Amino acid sequence: MFHIVVCGGIVPDPLQTLEPVKGPTGWGLKNELMLPSILDPWASHALYEAAHLAKSVAGSKVWLVSLGPKAKLQQVMMTVAQKAPFELVVADGPAGGFVDSAEVATALYNAISGIAGLDTSKLLVFGGWQSASRGAGATLQMLGEKLGITDQFQGVDKLTVGADGALEIMERIEGGAYLVSTCAGAPAVLGWATGELPEPPNNPQVGMANMRLVMPALQKAKPAALDLAAIDYQSVAVPAQKRDTRLVKDMPVDEIARDIIAWIQG
Amino acid sequence: MDTVFFLAHTEADGSLSKASLEALTAAKALAAGLGAPLGLGLFGADVAAAASAVAGCGAALFGVSGEAFGLPRYATDAAAMEALCKAGGATIVIAADDSRASRALPGVAARLGGRIDAHVTGLAAKDGQAVATRGFYRQRMQAELTRAGRPWCLTVSAGCFAAYDGAPGEASLTAVDVPASPALTRTTVKAVIAPSADEQTIRPDAKLLFVTGAGWTKKQADGATHVPEAGELILGFLGKSKASLGSSKSLVDMGGEGEAVLPFLTHLHQVGQTGATPRHPKGLATCCHGEEPHVVGWRFIAERRAVNLDASCGWAQGKADVLYVADAFAVMKKVNELLG
Repeated sequence: MFHIVVCGGIVPDPLQTLEPVKGPTGWGLKNELMLPSILDPWASHALYEAAHLAKSVAGSKVWLVSLGPKAKLQQVMMTVAQKAPFELVVADGPAGGFVDSAEVATALYNAISGIAGLDTSKLLVFGGWQSASRGAGATLQMLGEKLGITDQFQGVDKLTVGADGALEIMERIEGGAYLVSTCAGAPAVLGWATGELPEPPNNPQVGMANMRLVMPALQKAKPAALDLAAIDYQSVAVPAQKRDTRLVKDMPVDEIARDIIAWIQG
Repeated sequence: MDTVFFLAHTEADGSLSKASLEALTAAKALAAGLGAPLGLGLFGADVAAAASAVAGCGAALFGVSGEAFGLPRYATDAAAMEALCKAGGATIVIAADDSRASRALPGVAARLGGRIDAHVTGLAAKDGQAVATRGFYRQRMQAELTRAGRPWCLTVSAGCFAAYDGAPGEASLTAVDVPASPALTRTTVKAVIAPSADEQTIRPDAKLLFVTGAGWTKKQADGATHVPEAGELILGFLGKSKASLGSSKSLVDMGGEGEAVLPFLTHLHQVGQTGATPRHPKGLATCCHGEEPHVVGWRFIAERRAVNLDASCGWAQGKADVLYVADAFAVMKKVNELLG
């Protein structure tokens, strides 16, 4: 059996236009609290994989540990809670991308340390390989170190558990290749890429069961003490990307093809 | 005063990768800009050859050698890097942003009580302090940042600096001993699964990124889909042009939703908001719409062209240099013919 802790933050819906703004507590997004949020995409995959693993290994359990503002987390959980069974653990704090990864790792560690009944010898820490906000690809490793876990894997697309509890893991490496490793068993940290499982359909029954625990978890959430001055941001800006697009209409296919080849070979 | 310390693992043949040599250039330039000493830490099965190759940069050299350190494994990599940083008195640590270093270096930062900023695209000394540039929100924002705390670890993205090409020399290497205890080897590396050269469609060093969108699998003018033909055209072009293949999320996701798909596409090909942001000098998009999540994947593509039937699609909104309003099936068929 495994005790699977999935770490996942919330991020603005990818279709939203984002604009940086500096406030009294540092950099953030303009109208951040008004933006619709989703569970971080790669963390979502981690949650689906965790739920699948917990279902296939008897006695396993999944916790979703999230650092974010309580009100926004509650909104996101209305959807996420219908996807997979889990118990929510909340650290109340900012969810933006400009918070230092080490600070986030500490907040997650404190939240995980407070989970009653968590057996660290059976612990698998799941999360997104990178986030869609900070994109550090560093938080899980730092969290793993705090938990004393030195078997870590990043960019994971596949996990196979042997009959003896050993783990076989496929990690993405350069050039579209995979590194295949085996680990003696839990504890381990796995930062998921896309995984192999599609997004599960909403299941209202799972949602109702989860929400019975989500609301108390939100009420019990402790404020996360984060050092927002750990990084000195000298500037934050949206990169200039506007191009003067040349629209080519009514050009014969042969000419387009020749134009493209000349461009490629030029 | 800071000590800038470059960290790298050796490749299977004992050399340093191009990405590592690029990171070395960044470290060397930063050390020079700060007036700080530069140290080099190498680890691998045998670091002697790599040490000789970079001995000309004039830095103090430290190395961890041993069979256990030749394999890409978090526990041994982190132990080696931690020991090297301590031996070299590192306060600013720089490594390449490859899968092996970027997996372990954050853990090393935690062990050393330091901080890390990954995927750095720019690094320079400004007013006597190190300033890094990196993206946020999947490259939708860019920030310049610095830190007062030390040690400060950074991983440098590939393609941002020229590779170090100094002359090799005789290395004076300080060996650092790291016992490969059983606790470090609970993980066993079994294999690397890579497509053969002929089947390889992800080519990070290619000059062109060829991106396919969902339009390739939609009904065409005759009211039918032509997925097999689309596959032949795409693979034919990749074979002739040696371009790297990318895909929109919507096309990759179709496989999981039971729709007709191009069988050679995987999530590894996905570019954009939830995929890769590759670096190629040129990019050609076909049957893509060009909305913001797609454009994120094109952030580092210098010259961009697109083929699409819809003149009012997202690519026409200032994101591509040229948008050909045409049928991609017909255009790519002709392109393949002309390429021979």
